[in-house]
Amino acid sequence: MAGAVEATIDRASHPTRRAIVWPKAMGPSVLLALGIALVFCFILSIGWGAIAIPPLTVAAILLDAIGIPTGAEITLRDQSVVLAIRLPRALLGLAVGGGLAIAGAAMQGLFRNPLADPGLIGVSTGAALGAVATIVLGGALVGGLDPALRPFFLPLAAFIGGLIVTLIVQRIATRDGVIDIATMLLAGIAVNALAGALLGIFTFISDDQQLRELTFWMMGSLAAITWTSLLPAIGLILLPALLLPRMARALNAMLLGESEAHYLGFDVDRTKRMIIILTALITGAGVAVSGVIGFVGLVTPHLVRLAIGPDHRYLLPASAMLGGCLLLLADMAARTIVLPAELPIGIVTACFGGPFFLWLLARRRGLSL
Amino acid sequence: MSGGQGGQGSQPLLLANNVSVEIGGSCLLDNVSLDLLPGTVTCLLGPNGAGKSTLLRVLAGALTPSKGEVQFRQRPLGRPEELARERAVLSQSTTLGFAFSVVEVVALGRSPHVRQSSATLDRQIIEAAMAAADIAHLADRRYPTLSGGEQQRVQLARVLAQLMDGSGDVSGKLLMLDEPTASLDLAHQQQVLAIARDFSRAGGTVLAVLHDLNLAASVADHVCLLKGGRLITSGRPEEVLTADMIEDVFAIRTAILDHPGQAIPLVVTLPSANEKPSGQSEARFVLN
Repeated sequence: MAGAVEATIDRASHPTRRAIVWPKAMGPSVLLALGIALVFCFILSIGWGAIAIPPLTVAAILLDAIGIPTGAEITLRDQSVVLAIRLPRALLGLAVGGGLAIAGAAMQGLFRNPLADPGLIGVSTGAALGAVATIVLGGALVGGLDPALRPFFLPLAAFIGGLIVTLIVQRIATRDGVIDIATMLLAGIAVNALAGALLGIFTFISDDQQLRELTFWMMGSLAAITWTSLLPAIGLILLPALLLPRMARALNAMLLGESEAHYLGFDVDRTKRMIIILTALITGAGVAVSGVIGFVGLVTPHLVRLAIGPDHRYLLPASAMLGGCLLLLADMAARTIVLPAELPIGIVTACFGGPFFLWLLARRRGLSL
Repeated sequence: MSGGQGGQGSQPLLLANNVSVEIGGSCLLDNVSLDLLPGTVTCLLGPNGAGKSTLLRVLAGALTPSKGEVQFRQRPLGRPEELARERAVLSQSTTLGFAFSVVEVVALGRSPHVRQSSATLDRQIIEAAMAAADIAHLADRRYPTLSGGEQQRVQLARVLAQLMDGSGDVSGKLLMLDEPTASLDLAHQQQVLAIARDFSRAGGTVLAVLHDLNLAASVADHVCLLKGGRLITSGRPEEVLTADMIEDVFAIRTAILDHPGQAIPLVVTLPSANEKPSGQSEARFVLN
C-alpha cells in the first residue's frame, strides 16, 4: 500500500501503477462544430422571410458590405433587405441568444444548480418593470424628451430597472461584505415576486393600447430593432460576454464549493461579484432590446453539458454559440409560423424549450448536469 | 508548546500564536497556540464541537481569527492564490453535483499552477496522484456516479495533485486533512494514512483532524487534544493518549494496551462506571 503511495511523491513509474484512460476531450471539436453551425444559421436566418434570398447571395452581400468583392449578381432590393432589415435583426438574435445562454451557464455555475437561469437574480423582472413603467407612464415621462432620443428611452429604462433590482437582491444577500449565494437565491425569488406585483399594478392601470403594447413586449421580439438601438445593446452584451470566460477556472473550482475554491487559490468573493455584475449587464441589455425571452438561458447550457460536460472553459463559449444558433432558429420559426403576422419569439422559445427541458429531465434523471 | 520531536530542530512550517475565534458571542477557539514542523504528521483530536475544524479553517487561511495570528514559513498567511501553491485542504465532504469526469476533478488541483506548470507536467502529476489515491481505474467515470468513498479518494488525489511539482520533493508543502477517513473502508483508511505518512517522509507537513484515536496513534508524530475550543495538551501519541487524559477530554473510560504490531498505544473503550446493568438500560427505549 505504502509502495503505491510513494509514486505520489516520487513520480518515477511504479510497477503497480495502472495506465490511466484519459477521457476524450470533446470541448475543442464541439466548439468548432458550433462555430460552423453558427455561420450557417446566421446566413440562413438573413435569407429567411417573405422575400427569400438564397444563402449564397446573402454571403455575397455580406462580403461585399465589408469590402470583399465577390463579383456575384446582387440586386439593390436584396441588398437593402439584407443590410437594413435582416442583418441587424440577425445580429441581435446572435447577441441576445448567445448572451442569455452564456449568462445562464455562469449563473448555473455560481448557484451550483443546473436549474438557475439569468432571471434568478431579478434582472429580467427588473428590466420588465422598467419597460412596462415606461409604456404605461410613458406620455408623462417622455413628453419633454427630444424626439430623437425617444426610441432609446424604453431600452434604457429597462436596462436600469434590471440593474437596480439586481443590486437590491445582491444588497439583501450581502453580510459583512460577503455575498451569501443561498440567501441571494431566496432574495431573488422574493424580489421577483414583488416586482411581479408591481408589473401587475401597471398592467391593471394601463389603457387598451398600452396593455397590448406591454403584453407583446413581455413576450419578446427581435422585430423592432434598428441599427441605432442595436449598437449600444450589442456593446453592452458583447463586452461582459467576452469577460465571463475569464472566470471559467474559478467557476469550475466553485462547483466543488466556496471553501474548496478558496483553498484552490481563487478569490471567491470577487468571482461572485463579477459574475453577478456581468450576467446582470448581459441579461439587462438583452431584455431591454428584445423583451423577455425565456428558456434560452436555462436550456442551452444543459444541451452543451450533455456533449462536453461541465468544464466552464468550454461550456461558456459553447453555450454562447449554441444560444445564438437557437435564438436565430427560433426567430425564423417566429417569422414563419403565422405568416403574414409574426409570433412573439418568447412564445416560440417556451414552446420548444419547455417540452425539451422535460425530455432532458426524464432522460438524465438522477444525474444532475 | 513546541514539538521538538520529528522535526530536525528546524523552523516550524506553520505556527499559530494565541489564536482565538469568536463568532456571534460564542467562543469557538480560545487562545490556541501550536506549530507544525516540517516532515511531521500532526493529528487534531477531540470530541464533537471541540473546535478542530474551526482550528483547521483558521490554519488554512479560510477563517480570520478574532485574536492571535497564524504564520506560514515565518510570514503571515499570504494571499489565497500564493498559499494555494503550498497548502492543500481535503474537506470532510465535498458535494459536486455536476458531471465532471474523475480526471477533470483531479485536474482542478492544478488550478493554482496554471501559470507555472505545463500541460505535460500537469498530466504526469495528475496520473501519479490518481495512482496514489488508488483511483486510476476510475479516470473516465463521471464523478456523481461514484460511491462516497470513491469520491473522497478522488478529492484526495485532487489535493495531492495540488501539492506535487514532479520533483518528488514536497518539503515546504502543507497537506491538511479534515476527517479524511470518515467515509472510507478499512483498507482505504489505512491507505490514506499511509499517504499522509509518506508525504511527511518526503519532507512535507501534514495536519489531520481524526476521530479514531488508534488511527491517530498509528500515523501521528504529534497529537493535539482539543476540548471546548481550548488546546488541552499536545505531544507524542504515547504521552498524550493516556486513560486519564482521554477520560478528561472525551468523558469515556478507556484502557491503554500495548499494540501487538507496533510500538504505539492501543486504546480500547470500557463500559462507563455509572452504566446501569444491561437489563435496565433497555428501559430507555420504553415509552413511559
